[in-house]
Amino acid sequence: MNILEVRDLRVYYQTIKGEVKALDGATFSVAEGEIMGLAGESGCGKSTLGRSLVLLKPPMKYVDGKVFLEGEPLPIWDREKMNAFRFAKVSLIPQYAMNALNPTKKIKRIFADILASRGIRLKQVLSELNWRFELVELPLEVLKMYPIELSGGMKQRVVMVLSTLLNPSLLIADEVTSALDVSTQKAVAKMLVEFRDQRFVKALIVITHDISLLYQIADTILVMYAGKFAEKGGTEEIISDPKHPYTRLLISSLPKIGVRYMETKLRGIPGHPPSLLEPPGGCRFRERCPEAFEKCGEEPPFITLDSTGRQVACWLITGNHD
Amino acid sequence: MIELEHVTKIYRLGTFGRRALRAVDDVSFRVAQGRVVSLIGESGSGKTTIGKMILRLIPLTSGRILFEGNDISALSGRALKDYYRKVQGVFQDPFSSYNPIFKADRIFRILKTEFFPTVGPQQWDKRIREVLSTVGLVPEEVLGKYPHQLSGGQLQRFLIARALLLDIQFLVADEIISMLDASTRIDVLNLLAELRNNRGLSILFITHDLSLAHYLSDEAIILYRGSIMESGDIEKVFQRPLHPYTQILLSSVPRLDQKWEETEIRLKVQEGKRTAGCPYYDRCYLAEKGKICADLKPQLVEAEEQHFVACHRFREIPKEVKHAAGQTRGTSLA
Repeated sequence: MNILEVRDLRVYYQTIKGEVKALDGATFSVAEGEIMGLAGESGCGKSTLGRSLVLLKPPMKYVDGKVFLEGEPLPIWDREKMNAFRFAKVSLIPQYAMNALNPTKKIKRIFADILASRGIRLKQVLSELNWRFELVELPLEVLKMYPIELSGGMKQRVVMVLSTLLNPSLLIADEVTSALDVSTQKAVAKMLVEFRDQRFVKALIVITHDISLLYQIADTILVMYAGKFAEKGGTEEIISDPKHPYTRLLISSLPKIGVRYMETKLRGIPGHPPSLLEPPGGCRFRERCPEAFEKCGEEPPFITLDSTGRQVACWLITGNHD
Repeated sequence: MIELEHVTKIYRLGTFGRRALRAVDDVSFRVAQGRVVSLIGESGSGKTTIGKMILRLIPLTSGRILFEGNDISALSGRALKDYYRKVQGVFQDPFSSYNPIFKADRIFRILKTEFFPTVGPQQWDKRIREVLSTVGLVPEEVLGKYPHQLSGGQLQRFLIARALLLDIQFLVADEIISMLDASTRIDVLNLLAELRNNRGLSILFITHDLSLAHYLSDEAIILYRGSIMESGDIEKVFQRPLHPYTQILLSSVPRLDQKWEETEIRLKVQEGKRTAGCPYYDRCYLAEKGKICADLKPQLVEAEEQHFVACHRFREIPKEVKHAAGQTRGTSLA
């Protein structure tokens, strides 16, 4: 069963200069037990997508599209109605979540306050909380500490336990490891997998710019470019056989351990993403794409689904060659 | 070219500076001409502090930094200005290096007033255009713009161009590409490599990213809590990591060609109080066996030619662990 279904979702930012089309048509689904990696460069709309599923507030503006959570419509355009879903059914660990802990309250108070807002007493969940702290290797004394007494990695784990305490159907983790050191990053990433295995959450969206991290933990990867869907497929297939030219160039520009300038010179992607205030018609990657042809300037590509379940939005794949 | 001798930096913390933090603890190394040396460490390892001390932005607590044989702390007046002609830094956040209310190319004008007051305006303009082309920018596209009109990669190249105008010999590059997007960061790295090859520029490349360090550099220095854990030839350090910390680091890097090994990582609370013993004691999987690790700080010893390690027990590391961490080409382990 699909936990999440998103159909043609459009979310813009209202600015003085006009609308920034940050998320301009996202269609995908996340199955039960799936860890979906959402990858792309800064400004591609990946965080906008994650945030709009939980708390869509100005300057973000809902434009169009539908979202279903476990088959039920998710009223993301209505902040009041979303209160019933937020934290209980769908939860977000935002970027820099570790700085989101109120510095004047002890960790225990932070837990109690958030639970109280959902009508739950801390006592009711205390034994569950204890075991989850154990799972993420946090000593229970942490509950009596202030956020300032914890390291970055510890705060990140506190936020992870907090946001999944009510077993939400969907957890969205936005760049949760990017501020951490490599060894802590690995441990935290493995915990996300553990949360899925323990069924604390039914499905996970992991947002990151680091594709090699997704290769380690994700089942599927969705790549976005300039507010548009580029490609979605199984992790192995995306990494070993990227279909979209953007995915292909992005992966080939990543330095791997063992690759050295003196032996193999890597290349970046020339140019930069288009302005999303007035994005060009057609395919948004066209200007940087070495394989672009006439059709790419005329119409934005459809998302097509091949027999293996791979979805690609590129005229090279969609065909119309004959 | 640049040589650090027993450099130590202690920050005073708390009310009246009663608590001392050893940010950099007895660090010695040298960067020869035309070499790229990577300073690799996690946050709080002291890598940025070392860069700042080389640039004389903060004073040393003890030890010496020599540039071409002269102690840089003694420089003043003309000699100091000469030093800055040769030694420059570029930092992590390109946006914070500019004043947003002025145009980005103002950094060149300041440079001219300070260092080249006698150069004619036309000649200066020509030089700027040349140097911008060197760093891969089209002068017409970037001159006369405000910082917010340029991308992070362009601003970072601007700063490198500014350093190049001074005809520098040594560049401190502190996490200069960590804020850039994956598709453009590799071009900035390639630029540094070209400058090294074509101009003989020496670079201290400060980073937490092991794959980037490996891509670019000749030598690596692995820092942990202000002390050097391991250093030497980049291939030797990456192929045959000797220190438990280096091994954990290398096996934690997410890679596209292989999945993570099932190595356990300790996340226990670090006791910040330890003064004697090995800095890595709390997280080390080898340390429990012996008392020496808790009592005596290991010195950097030459384990093989061009490969140094500071660990009492590196000879006891099981072979398979070494292999798991170090395999990039698979066969180089004897």
